[in-house]
Amino acid sequence: MIDGLLPAPDDDSAPFWDYCAQGELRVQQCTGCRQLRMPPRPMCPRCRSLESTWAPTSGRGRIWSWVVPHPPLLAAYAEVAPYNVVVVELDDDPAIRFVGNIVATADGPLNQVDPATVGIGQPVQVCFAPPVDGIVLPRWLRIAE
Amino acid sequence: MSNARDPRDAAAIVGIGQTRFARHLDEPEKVLALQAISAALADAGIDPGEVDGLSSYTLETTEEVEIARNLGLGDITWFSQVGYGGGAGCGVVGNAAMAVAAGQCNVAVAWRSRKRGSATSRPWAGVSSRVGGNNQWTRPFGLLRPVDEIAMLTRRYMHETGATRDHLANVALAFRRHANANPAAAMHDRPLTRDEYLSARWVSEPLCLFDNCLESDGAAAVVVCSAERAQRLANPPAYVHAWAQALPRQHQTMTNFFVDDPLEGPAWACAAKLWAQAEIGPDRVDVAQLYDAFSPLVLLSLEGYGFCARGEAGAFTDDGGLELGGRLPTNTAGGGMSEAYLHGFNLITEAVRQVRGTSTSQVPDARWSLVTSGEGVPTGALLLRGEGA
Repeated sequence: MIDGLLPAPDDDSAPFWDYCAQGELRVQQCTGCRQLRMPPRPMCPRCRSLESTWAPTSGRGRIWSWVVPHPPLLAAYAEVAPYNVVVVELDDDPAIRFVGNIVATADGPLNQVDPATVGIGQPVQVCFAPPVDGIVLPRWLRIAE
Repeated sequence: MSNARDPRDAAAIVGIGQTRFARHLDEPEKVLALQAISAALADAGIDPGEVDGLSSYTLETTEEVEIARNLGLGDITWFSQVGYGGGAGCGVVGNAAMAVAAGQCNVAVAWRSRKRGSATSRPWAGVSSRVGGNNQWTRPFGLLRPVDEIAMLTRRYMHETGATRDHLANVALAFRRHANANPAAAMHDRPLTRDEYLSARWVSEPLCLFDNCLESDGAAAVVVCSAERAQRLANPPAYVHAWAQALPRQHQTMTNFFVDDPLEGPAWACAAKLWAQAEIGPDRVDVAQLYDAFSPLVLLSLEGYGFCARGEAGAFTDDGGLELGGRLPTNTAGGGMSEAYLHGFNLITEAVRQVRGTSTSQVPDARWSLVTSGEGVPTGALLLRGEGA
Protein backbone atom coordinates (compact mmCIF):
# COMPACT_ATOMS: atom_id res chain seq x y z
CA MET A 1 0.00 0.00 0.00
CA ILE A 2 1.01 3.58 -0.44
CA ASP A 3 0.68 6.56 1.81
CA GLY A 4 -2.10 8.04 -0.29
CA LEU A 5 -5.36 9.86 0.22
CA LEU A 6 -8.02 8.42 2.47
CA PRO A 7 -11.78 9.07 2.49
CA ALA A 8 -13.28 11.27 5.18
CA PRO A 9 -16.44 9.36 6.12
CA ASP A 10 -19.50 11.56 6.62
CA ASP A 11 -23.11 11.06 7.71
CA ASP A 12 -24.00 9.49 4.37
CA SER A 13 -20.89 7.44 3.68
CA ALA A 14 -19.87 6.19 7.13
CA PRO A 15 -21.84 2.91 6.87
CA PHE A 16 -20.19 2.11 3.53
CA TRP A 17 -16.70 2.49 4.99
CA ASP A 18 -17.69 0.66 8.18
CA TYR A 19 -18.82 -2.35 6.13
CA CYS A 20 -15.58 -2.23 4.11
CA ALA A 21 -13.67 -2.39 7.41
CA GLN A 22 -15.61 -5.59 8.11
CA GLY A 23 -14.70 -6.99 4.69
CA GLU A 24 -18.10 -6.44 3.13
CA LEU A 25 -19.08 -4.45 0.04
CA ARG A 26 -22.56 -3.17 0.76
CA VAL A 27 -24.70 -0.68 -1.15
CA GLN A 28 -27.36 1.65 0.18
CA GLN A 29 -30.87 0.39 -0.59
CA CYS A 30 -34.14 2.29 -0.32
CA THR A 31 -36.46 0.72 2.23
CA GLY A 32 -39.48 2.06 0.34
CA CYS A 33 -38.86 1.00 -3.28
CA ARG A 34 -35.82 -1.27 -2.86
CA GLN A 35 -33.73 0.65 -5.43
CA LEU A 36 -29.98 0.55 -4.87
CA ARG A 37 -28.12 3.83 -4.96
CA MET A 38 -24.48 4.87 -5.05
CA PRO A 39 -22.96 7.19 -3.90
CA PRO A 40 -25.04 7.18 -0.71
CA ARG A 41 -27.35 10.07 0.16
CA PRO A 42 -30.22 10.64 2.60
CA MET A 43 -33.17 10.52 0.18
CA CYS A 44 -34.18 8.03 -2.51
CA PRO A 45 -34.37 9.99 -5.79
CA ARG A 46 -37.05 7.59 -7.07
CA CYS A 47 -39.60 7.41 -4.21
CA ARG A 48 -38.25 10.19 -1.91
CA SER A 49 -38.10 7.90 1.10
CA LEU A 50 -35.65 8.86 3.83
CA GLU A 51 -35.47 5.25 5.04
CA SER A 52 -32.65 3.05 3.82
CA THR A 53 -30.66 -0.06 4.67
CA TRP A 54 -27.31 -1.40 3.50
CA ALA A 55 -27.71 -4.40 1.20
CA PRO A 56 -25.00 -7.04 0.81
CA THR A 57 -23.71 -7.43 -2.75
CA SER A 58 -22.07 -10.22 -4.70
CA GLY A 59 -18.86 -8.16 -4.79
CA ARG A 60 -18.55 -9.18 -8.43
CA GLY A 61 -18.58 -6.91 -11.43
CA ARG A 62 -16.96 -5.95 -14.70
CA ILE A 63 -14.55 -3.25 -15.74
CA TRP A 64 -16.58 -0.42 -17.31
CA SER A 65 -13.58 1.77 -18.14
CA TRP A 66 -9.99 2.38 -17.03
CA VAL A 67 -7.22 4.95 -17.17
CA VAL A 68 -3.50 5.09 -16.51
CA PRO A 69 -2.46 8.32 -14.77
CA HIS A 70 1.07 9.64 -15.31
CA PRO A 71 2.83 12.45 -13.37
CA PRO A 72 2.48 15.24 -12.41
CA LEU A 73 0.56 13.66 -9.52
CA LEU A 74 0.53 13.94 -5.74
CA ALA A 75 3.84 12.52 -4.51
CA ALA A 76 2.40 9.35 -3.02
CA TYR A 77 0.81 8.48 -6.38
CA ALA A 78 3.65 9.73 -8.58
CA GLU A 79 5.96 7.24 -6.83
CA VAL A 80 3.93 4.31 -8.16
CA ALA A 81 2.82 5.78 -11.50
CA PRO A 82 1.89 4.63 -14.03
CA TYR A 83 -0.87 2.62 -12.34
CA ASN A 84 -4.42 1.66 -13.28
CA VAL A 85 -7.68 3.19 -12.09
CA VAL A 86 -10.90 1.47 -13.13
CA VAL A 87 -14.64 1.97 -12.92
CA VAL A 88 -16.35 -1.30 -12.05
CA GLU A 89 -20.04 -1.90 -12.70
CA LEU A 90 -21.62 -4.33 -10.27
CA ASP A 91 -23.16 -7.58 -11.53
CA ASP A 92 -26.05 -7.08 -9.10
CA ASP A 93 -27.04 -3.81 -10.84
CA PRO A 94 -24.83 -2.38 -13.62
CA ALA A 95 -25.96 1.16 -12.71
CA ILE A 96 -24.06 0.74 -9.43
CA ARG A 97 -20.44 1.61 -10.15
CA PHE A 98 -17.28 2.02 -8.11
CA VAL A 99 -13.95 3.68 -8.85
CA GLY A 100 -11.08 1.46 -7.77
CA ASN A 101 -7.86 -0.32 -8.71
CA ILE A 102 -7.04 -3.71 -10.18
CA VAL A 103 -4.46 -5.54 -8.06
CA ALA A 104 -3.11 -9.09 -7.98
CA THR A 105 -3.19 -9.39 -4.18
CA ALA A 106 -5.31 -7.47 -1.68
CA ASP A 107 -2.22 -5.87 -0.11
CA GLY A 108 -0.30 -5.28 -3.35
CA PRO A 109 1.04 -1.93 -4.54
CA LEU A 110 -1.05 0.24 -6.84
CA ASN A 111 1.22 -0.59 -9.78
CA GLN A 112 1.21 -4.35 -9.16
CA VAL A 113 -0.66 -5.16 -12.38
CA ASP A 114 0.65 -4.27 -15.86
CA PRO A 115 -1.87 -1.66 -17.04
CA ALA A 116 -1.59 -2.99 -20.59
CA THR A 117 -3.39 -6.17 -19.49
CA VAL A 118 -6.45 -4.29 -18.19
CA GLY A 119 -9.49 -4.23 -20.46
CA ILE A 120 -13.12 -3.20 -20.53
CA GLY A 121 -15.46 -6.09 -19.70
CA GLN A 122 -13.01 -8.12 -17.62
CA PRO A 123 -14.77 -9.80 -14.66
CA VAL A 124 -13.58 -8.79 -11.21
CA GLN A 125 -14.14 -9.65 -7.56
CA VAL A 126 -13.82 -7.23 -4.67
CA CYS A 127 -11.07 -7.62 -2.08
CA PHE A 128 -10.05 -5.32 0.74
CA ALA A 129 -6.80 -3.50 1.41
CA PRO A 130 -5.14 -3.66 4.83
CA PRO A 131 -6.48 -0.94 7.15
CA VAL A 132 -4.76 2.46 7.22
CA ASP A 133 -5.86 4.76 10.05
CA GLY A 134 -8.97 2.62 10.42
CA ILE A 135 -9.96 2.96 6.76
CA VAL A 136 -10.24 -0.06 4.46
CA LEU A 137 -10.40 0.58 0.72
CA PRO A 138 -12.14 -1.88 -1.59
CA ARG A 139 -9.94 -3.13 -4.47
CA TRP A 140 -10.51 -5.51 -7.34
CA LEU A 141 -9.02 -8.84 -8.39
CA ARG A 142 -9.56 -10.17 -11.90
CA ILE A 143 -11.31 -13.55 -12.00
CA ALA A 144 -12.10 -16.16 -14.65
CA GLU A 145 -15.23 -15.76 -16.79
CA MET B 1 -52.37 37.08 -17.13
CA SER B 2 -49.67 35.83 -19.47
CA ASN B 3 -48.00 38.73 -21.13
CA ALA B 4 -44.34 37.65 -21.11
CA ARG B 5 -42.18 39.27 -23.75
CA ASP B 6 -40.25 37.01 -26.08
CA PRO B 7 -36.80 36.84 -24.45
CA ARG B 8 -35.13 36.03 -27.76
CA ASP B 9 -32.86 38.78 -29.04
CA ALA B 10 -33.99 41.13 -26.25
CA ALA B 11 -30.38 41.78 -25.18
CA ALA B 12 -27.06 41.87 -27.02
CA ILE B 13 -23.36 41.69 -26.36
CA VAL B 14 -22.09 45.09 -27.44
CA GLY B 15 -18.56 45.15 -26.07
CA ILE B 16 -15.73 42.65 -25.70
CA GLY B 17 -12.36 43.08 -24.05
CA GLN B 18 -9.40 41.02 -23.00
CA THR B 19 -5.90 41.21 -21.58
CA ARG B 20 -2.83 39.55 -23.01
CA PHE B 21 -2.85 35.77 -22.64
CA ALA B 22 0.32 34.04 -21.41
CA ARG B 23 1.65 31.34 -19.12
CA HIS B 24 2.50 34.08 -16.67
CA LEU B 25 1.43 37.70 -16.35
CA ASP B 26 2.71 39.92 -13.56
CA GLU B 27 -0.59 41.69 -12.83
CA PRO B 28 -2.81 40.27 -10.09
CA GLU B 29 -6.17 38.75 -10.99
CA LYS B 30 -7.98 41.88 -9.84
CA VAL B 31 -5.99 44.13 -12.16
CA LEU B 32 -6.45 41.75 -15.09
CA ALA B 33 -10.22 41.84 -14.49
CA LEU B 34 -10.20 45.65 -14.43
CA GLN B 35 -8.16 45.80 -17.66
CA ALA B 36 -10.48 43.41 -19.50
CA ILE B 37 -13.65 45.16 -18.32
CA SER B 38 -12.24 48.58 -19.21
CA ALA B 39 -11.40 47.30 -22.68
CA ALA B 40 -14.89 45.84 -23.12
CA LEU B 41 -16.59 49.11 -22.09
CA ALA B 42 -14.32 51.11 -24.40
CA ASP B 43 -15.14 48.69 -27.20
CA ALA B 44 -18.85 49.18 -26.51
CA GLY B 45 -18.54 52.95 -26.26
CA ILE B 46 -20.30 52.94 -22.88
CA ASP B 47 -19.07 54.93 -19.88
CA PRO B 48 -18.26 52.83 -16.77
CA GLY B 49 -20.58 55.08 -14.75
CA GLU B 50 -23.50 53.59 -16.65
CA VAL B 51 -22.80 49.99 -15.56
CA ASP B 52 -25.47 48.79 -13.11
CA GLY B 53 -25.19 44.98 -13.44
CA LEU B 54 -22.35 42.56 -12.66
CA SER B 55 -22.22 38.86 -13.53
CA SER B 56 -19.36 36.51 -12.71
CA TYR B 57 -18.21 33.01 -11.77
CA THR B 58 -18.25 31.80 -8.16
CA LEU B 59 -14.57 30.94 -8.82
CA GLU B 60 -13.81 34.63 -9.31
CA THR B 61 -11.51 35.90 -6.55
CA THR B 62 -12.33 39.58 -7.10
CA GLU B 63 -15.62 40.52 -5.47
CA GLU B 64 -18.16 42.74 -7.22
CA VAL B 65 -17.51 45.56 -4.75
CA GLU B 66 -13.85 45.64 -5.80
CA ILE B 67 -14.77 45.78 -9.47
CA ALA B 68 -17.33 48.53 -8.88
CA ARG B 69 -15.23 50.84 -6.71
CA ASN B 70 -12.12 50.53 -8.88
CA LEU B 71 -13.83 51.13 -12.19
CA GLY B 72 -16.07 53.87 -10.80
CA LEU B 73 -19.20 52.00 -11.79
CA GLY B 74 -22.64 53.39 -11.03
CA ASP B 75 -25.08 52.03 -8.47
CA ILE B 76 -25.19 48.28 -9.08
CA THR B 77 -28.83 47.12 -9.02
CA TRP B 78 -28.24 43.52 -10.11
CA PHE B 79 -25.37 41.10 -9.43
CA SER B 80 -25.12 37.35 -9.65
CA GLN B 81 -22.64 34.47 -9.80
CA VAL B 82 -22.76 31.01 -11.35
CA GLY B 83 -20.95 27.97 -9.96
CA TYR B 84 -19.33 24.83 -11.35
CA GLY B 85 -16.11 26.28 -12.74
CA GLY B 86 -15.88 25.92 -16.49
CA GLY B 87 -19.57 25.11 -16.66
CA ALA B 88 -20.44 28.66 -15.64
CA GLY B 89 -19.47 30.98 -18.52
CA CYS B 90 -22.54 30.86 -20.76
CA GLY B 91 -24.83 31.05 -17.75
CA VAL B 92 -22.90 34.10 -16.51
CA VAL B 93 -23.61 35.90 -19.80
CA GLY B 94 -27.11 34.45 -20.16
CA ASN B 95 -28.03 35.67 -16.69
CA ALA B 96 -26.80 39.15 -17.60
CA ALA B 97 -28.95 39.12 -20.74
CA MET B 98 -31.94 37.95 -18.69
CA ALA B 99 -31.40 40.68 -16.11
CA VAL B 100 -31.25 43.33 -18.85
CA ALA B 101 -34.34 41.93 -20.55
CA ALA B 102 -36.19 41.87 -17.22
CA GLY B 103 -35.26 45.46 -16.45
CA GLN B 104 -33.15 44.67 -13.38
CA CYS B 105 -30.25 46.58 -14.90
CA ASN B 106 -29.46 48.49 -18.08
CA VAL B 107 -25.78 47.79 -18.70
CA ALA B 108 -24.32 44.53 -17.37
CA VAL B 109 -20.70 43.47 -17.38
CA ALA B 110 -19.66 39.80 -17.26
CA TRP B 111 -16.07 38.65 -16.93
CA ARG B 112 -13.58 35.98 -15.95
CA SER B 113 -10.06 36.66 -14.73
CA ARG B 114 -7.78 33.76 -13.99
CA LYS B 115 -4.22 33.20 -12.84
CA ARG B 116 -2.68 29.76 -12.61
CA GLY B 117 -1.32 30.47 -9.16
CA SER B 118 -4.69 31.49 -7.71
CA ALA B 119 -6.22 29.31 -5.03
CA THR B 120 -9.39 28.89 -7.08
CA SER B 121 -7.79 28.43 -10.50
CA ARG B 122 -7.38 24.72 -9.92
CA PRO B 123 -10.03 23.83 -7.38
CA TRP B 124 -8.93 20.19 -7.49
CA ALA B 125 -5.38 20.93 -6.38
CA GLY B 126 -5.73 21.86 -2.73
CA VAL B 127 -6.11 18.46 -1.12
CA SER B 128 -5.20 17.21 2.32
CA SER B 129 -4.65 13.56 3.17
CA ARG B 130 -8.39 13.07 3.85
CA VAL B 131 -10.91 13.71 1.11
CA GLY B 132 -14.62 14.17 1.69
CA GLY B 133 -17.76 14.69 -0.36
CA ASN B 134 -17.82 13.31 -3.89
CA ASN B 135 -14.03 13.07 -3.94
CA GLN B 136 -13.99 10.28 -1.35
CA TRP B 137 -15.23 7.88 -4.05
CA THR B 138 -12.44 8.67 -6.51
CA ARG B 139 -9.29 10.33 -5.17
CA PRO B 140 -8.15 7.65 -2.72
CA PHE B 141 -7.84 5.34 -5.75
CA GLY B 142 -5.54 7.74 -7.59
CA LEU B 143 -8.18 9.34 -9.82
CA LEU B 144 -6.86 12.72 -8.80
CA ARG B 145 -7.22 15.32 -11.53
CA PRO B 146 -9.93 16.47 -13.92
CA VAL B 147 -7.92 14.90 -16.75
CA ASP B 148 -8.11 11.50 -15.05
CA GLU B 149 -11.87 11.81 -14.67
CA ILE B 150 -12.40 12.77 -18.31
CA ALA B 151 -9.94 10.09 -19.49
CA MET B 152 -12.25 7.54 -17.83
CA LEU B 153 -15.18 8.72 -19.94
CA THR B 154 -12.95 8.91 -23.01
CA ARG B 155 -11.82 5.27 -22.81
CA ARG B 156 -15.43 4.15 -22.53
CA TYR B 157 -16.44 6.46 -25.39
CA MET B 158 -13.72 5.00 -27.62
CA HIS B 159 -14.82 1.47 -26.67
CA GLU B 160 -18.46 2.13 -27.50
CA THR B 161 -17.98 4.19 -30.68
CA GLY B 162 -14.71 3.09 -32.25
CA ALA B 163 -13.31 6.61 -32.00
CA THR B 164 -9.51 6.70 -31.96
CA ARG B 165 -6.65 8.94 -30.91
CA ASP B 166 -6.58 10.17 -34.49
CA HIS B 167 -9.98 11.74 -33.90
CA LEU B 168 -8.74 13.42 -30.73
CA ALA B 169 -5.76 14.65 -32.75
CA ASN B 170 -8.15 16.15 -35.30
CA VAL B 171 -9.55 18.33 -32.52
CA ALA B 172 -6.16 19.42 -31.19
CA LEU B 173 -4.75 20.14 -34.65
CA ALA B 174 -7.79 22.12 -35.82
CA PHE B 175 -7.70 24.39 -32.78
CA ARG B 176 -3.95 24.82 -33.05
CA ARG B 177 -4.26 25.90 -36.69
CA HIS B 178 -6.82 28.51 -35.67
CA ALA B 179 -4.47 29.71 -32.92
CA ASN B 180 -1.62 29.95 -35.41
CA ALA B 181 -3.75 32.53 -37.28
CA ASN B 182 -4.60 34.46 -34.10
CA PRO B 183 -1.81 36.79 -32.86
CA ALA B 184 -3.45 36.98 -29.41
CA ALA B 185 -3.28 33.20 -28.90
CA ALA B 186 -0.69 31.82 -26.50
CA MET B 187 0.17 29.18 -29.14
CA HIS B 188 0.22 31.61 -32.07
CA ASP B 189 3.83 30.79 -32.96
CA ARG B 190 3.70 27.08 -32.13
CA PRO B 191 2.52 24.83 -34.98
CA LEU B 192 1.54 21.26 -34.06
CA THR B 193 1.85 18.19 -36.27
CA ARG B 194 0.03 14.89 -36.05
CA ASP B 195 3.33 13.12 -35.36
CA GLU B 196 4.03 15.47 -32.46
CA TYR B 197 0.56 14.78 -31.11
CA LEU B 198 0.90 11.00 -31.37
CA SER B 199 4.36 10.95 -29.77
CA ALA B 200 3.56 13.36 -26.94
CA ARG B 201 3.85 12.23 -23.33
CA TRP B 202 0.84 10.70 -21.62
CA VAL B 203 -0.98 12.62 -18.93
CA SER B 204 -3.69 10.09 -18.26
CA GLU B 205 -4.03 7.31 -20.82
CA PRO B 206 -5.80 7.50 -23.24
CA LEU B 207 -5.18 11.28 -23.07
CA CYS B 208 -1.83 12.87 -23.90
CA LEU B 209 -0.38 16.32 -23.32
CA PHE B 210 -2.08 17.85 -26.37
CA ASP B 211 -5.54 16.63 -25.31
CA ASN B 212 -5.33 19.11 -22.44
CA CYS B 213 -6.11 22.81 -22.33
CA LEU B 214 -3.40 25.35 -21.66
CA GLU B 215 -2.58 26.80 -18.27
CA SER B 216 -2.99 30.52 -18.75
CA ASP B 217 -3.06 33.89 -17.05
CA GLY B 218 -5.49 36.41 -18.50
CA ALA B 219 -8.96 37.90 -18.40
CA ALA B 220 -11.84 38.56 -20.77
CA ALA B 221 -15.06 40.53 -20.39
CA VAL B 222 -18.27 41.36 -22.25
CA VAL B 223 -20.82 44.17 -22.00
CA VAL B 224 -24.53 43.41 -22.35
CA CYS B 225 -27.35 45.92 -22.91
CA SER B 226 -30.79 46.00 -24.50
CA ALA B 227 -31.22 45.24 -28.18
CA GLU B 228 -32.71 48.70 -28.69
CA ARG B 229 -29.63 50.40 -27.35
CA ALA B 230 -27.34 47.96 -29.14
CA GLN B 231 -28.67 49.20 -32.45
CA ARG B 232 -27.44 52.71 -31.65
CA LEU B 233 -23.88 51.65 -30.77
CA ALA B 234 -20.85 51.40 -33.03
CA ASN B 235 -20.28 47.65 -33.09
CA PRO B 236 -22.58 45.19 -34.86
CA PRO B 237 -24.71 43.67 -32.06
CA ALA B 238 -24.34 40.03 -31.10
CA TYR B 239 -27.91 39.33 -29.99
CA VAL B 240 -28.38 36.78 -27.23
CA HIS B 241 -30.91 34.84 -29.26
CA ALA B 242 -31.26 31.94 -26.82
CA TRP B 243 -29.41 30.44 -23.91
CA ALA B 244 -29.78 27.56 -21.53
CA GLN B 245 -28.28 25.92 -18.48
CA ALA B 246 -28.46 22.29 -17.40
CA LEU B 247 -27.78 20.39 -14.23
CA PRO B 248 -29.12 17.04 -15.39
CA ARG B 249 -30.87 14.55 -13.19
CA GLN B 250 -28.65 12.47 -10.91
CA HIS B 251 -25.56 14.29 -12.15
CA GLN B 252 -22.39 14.20 -10.06
CA THR B 253 -20.04 16.88 -11.25
CA MET B 254 -16.90 15.73 -13.13
CA THR B 255 -17.09 12.17 -11.79
CA ASN B 256 -20.38 11.44 -13.50
CA PHE B 257 -19.81 7.67 -13.53
CA PHE B 258 -22.82 6.84 -11.39
CA VAL B 259 -25.71 7.80 -13.70
CA ASP B 260 -27.38 5.30 -16.02
CA ASP B 261 -25.50 6.58 -19.07
CA PRO B 262 -22.40 8.64 -18.25
CA LEU B 263 -21.77 9.38 -21.94
CA GLU B 264 -24.97 11.43 -22.14
CA GLY B 265 -23.64 14.31 -20.10
CA PRO B 266 -25.03 17.74 -19.26
CA ALA B 267 -24.69 18.88 -22.89
CA TRP B 268 -27.70 16.75 -23.82
CA ALA B 269 -30.08 18.37 -21.34
CA CYS B 270 -28.67 21.82 -22.08
CA ALA B 271 -29.12 21.31 -25.84
CA ALA B 272 -32.73 20.20 -25.42
CA LYS B 273 -33.53 23.47 -23.65
CA LEU B 274 -31.42 25.62 -25.98
CA TRP B 275 -32.97 24.34 -29.19
CA ALA B 276 -36.45 24.58 -27.64
CA GLN B 277 -35.75 28.28 -26.96
CA ALA B 278 -34.23 29.04 -30.36
CA GLU B 279 -35.77 29.70 -33.76
CA ILE B 280 -33.19 27.45 -35.38
CA GLY B 281 -31.63 24.05 -34.83
CA PRO B 282 -28.03 22.89 -34.99
CA ASP B 283 -28.17 22.51 -38.79
CA ARG B 284 -28.27 26.32 -39.14
CA VAL B 285 -25.29 27.07 -36.87
CA ASP B 286 -22.47 28.71 -38.85
CA VAL B 287 -19.67 28.53 -36.29
CA ALA B 288 -19.19 27.03 -32.82
CA GLN B 289 -17.01 27.55 -29.78
CA LEU B 290 -17.17 24.28 -27.85
CA TYR B 291 -15.70 24.06 -24.37
CA ASP B 292 -12.36 22.30 -24.65
CA ALA B 293 -10.70 21.76 -21.30
CA PHE B 294 -9.97 18.35 -22.88
CA SER B 295 -10.29 17.29 -26.52
CA PRO B 296 -12.85 14.51 -25.87
CA LEU B 297 -15.29 17.09 -24.46
CA VAL B 298 -15.54 18.45 -28.00
CA LEU B 299 -16.63 15.04 -29.32
CA LEU B 300 -19.19 14.66 -26.54
CA SER B 301 -20.48 18.20 -27.18
CA LEU B 302 -20.82 17.67 -30.94
CA GLU B 303 -23.16 14.78 -30.14
CA GLY B 304 -24.90 16.44 -27.22
CA TYR B 305 -25.76 19.61 -29.16
CA GLY B 306 -27.00 17.58 -32.12
CA PHE B 307 -24.38 18.25 -34.78
CA CYS B 308 -24.12 14.50 -35.38
CA ALA B 309 -25.65 11.33 -34.02
CA ARG B 310 -24.30 9.61 -30.95
CA GLY B 311 -21.06 7.81 -31.71
CA GLU B 312 -20.41 9.77 -34.91
CA ALA B 313 -18.41 12.70 -33.56
CA GLY B 314 -15.08 11.08 -34.37
CA ALA B 315 -15.94 10.84 -38.05
CA PHE B 316 -17.38 14.37 -37.92
CA THR B 317 -13.87 15.67 -37.14
CA ASP B 318 -12.28 13.90 -40.12
CA ASP B 319 -11.21 15.74 -43.28
CA GLY B 320 -10.91 19.09 -41.49
CA GLY B 321 -14.48 18.94 -40.17
CA LEU B 322 -13.73 21.41 -37.37
CA GLU B 323 -11.54 23.73 -39.43
CA LEU B 324 -12.36 26.82 -41.43
CA GLY B 325 -14.27 25.60 -44.48
CA GLY B 326 -15.22 22.35 -42.72
CA ARG B 327 -18.56 21.00 -41.50
CA LEU B 328 -18.54 23.17 -38.38
CA PRO B 329 -15.62 25.57 -37.91
CA THR B 330 -14.97 25.28 -34.18
CA ASN B 331 -12.87 27.20 -31.65
CA THR B 332 -11.78 29.60 -34.33
CA ALA B 333 -9.44 31.60 -32.06
CA GLY B 334 -7.76 28.44 -30.77
CA GLY B 335 -10.00 27.75 -27.78
CA GLY B 336 -8.85 26.66 -24.36
CA MET B 337 -6.40 24.24 -25.89
CA SER B 338 -4.47 26.76 -28.00
CA GLU B 339 -5.57 30.37 -27.34
CA ALA B 340 -5.95 30.58 -23.54
CA TYR B 341 -7.76 28.73 -20.79
CA LEU B 342 -10.01 31.18 -18.96
CA HIS B 343 -12.69 28.70 -17.96
CA GLY B 344 -14.23 29.23 -21.37
CA PHE B 345 -14.73 32.99 -21.33
CA ASN B 346 -12.49 33.58 -24.34
CA LEU B 347 -14.83 31.26 -26.27
CA ILE B 348 -17.60 33.81 -25.68
CA THR B 349 -15.57 36.77 -26.95
CA GLU B 350 -14.64 34.78 -30.06
CA ALA B 351 -18.29 33.87 -30.69
CA VAL B 352 -19.01 37.62 -30.69
CA ARG B 353 -16.14 38.34 -33.10
CA GLN B 354 -17.58 35.79 -35.52
CA VAL B 355 -20.95 37.56 -35.81
CA ARG B 356 -19.12 40.90 -36.08
CA GLY B 357 -16.97 39.55 -38.89
CA THR B 358 -13.69 40.26 -37.06
CA SER B 359 -12.27 36.81 -36.24
CA THR B 360 -8.78 35.94 -37.42
CA SER B 361 -10.36 32.74 -38.75
CA GLN B 362 -13.56 34.33 -39.95
CA VAL B 363 -16.41 32.17 -41.24
CA PRO B 364 -17.86 34.09 -44.21
CA ASP B 365 -21.23 35.68 -43.37
CA ALA B 366 -21.43 33.98 -39.97
CA ARG B 367 -24.83 34.81 -38.49
CA TRP B 368 -25.55 32.03 -35.99
CA SER B 369 -22.74 31.55 -33.49
CA LEU B 370 -22.93 28.92 -30.76
CA VAL B 371 -20.80 28.82 -27.64
CA THR B 372 -20.93 26.17 -24.93
CA SER B 373 -19.57 25.84 -21.43
CA GLY B 374 -17.92 22.87 -19.78
CA GLU B 375 -19.27 19.42 -20.58
CA GLY B 376 -19.05 17.00 -17.69
CA VAL B 377 -20.15 19.62 -15.16
CA PRO B 378 -23.43 21.56 -14.79
CA THR B 379 -23.21 23.66 -17.91
CA GLY B 380 -24.67 26.29 -20.18
CA ALA B 381 -24.84 27.39 -23.80
CA LEU B 382 -25.41 30.64 -25.69
CA LEU B 383 -26.70 31.05 -29.21
CA LEU B 384 -25.70 34.44 -30.61
CA ARG B 385 -27.34 35.96 -33.68
CA GLY B 386 -25.76 38.57 -35.88
CA GLU B 387 -27.51 41.23 -37.94
CA GLY B 388 -28.93 39.79 -41.14
CA ALA B 389 -29.83 36.40 -39.68
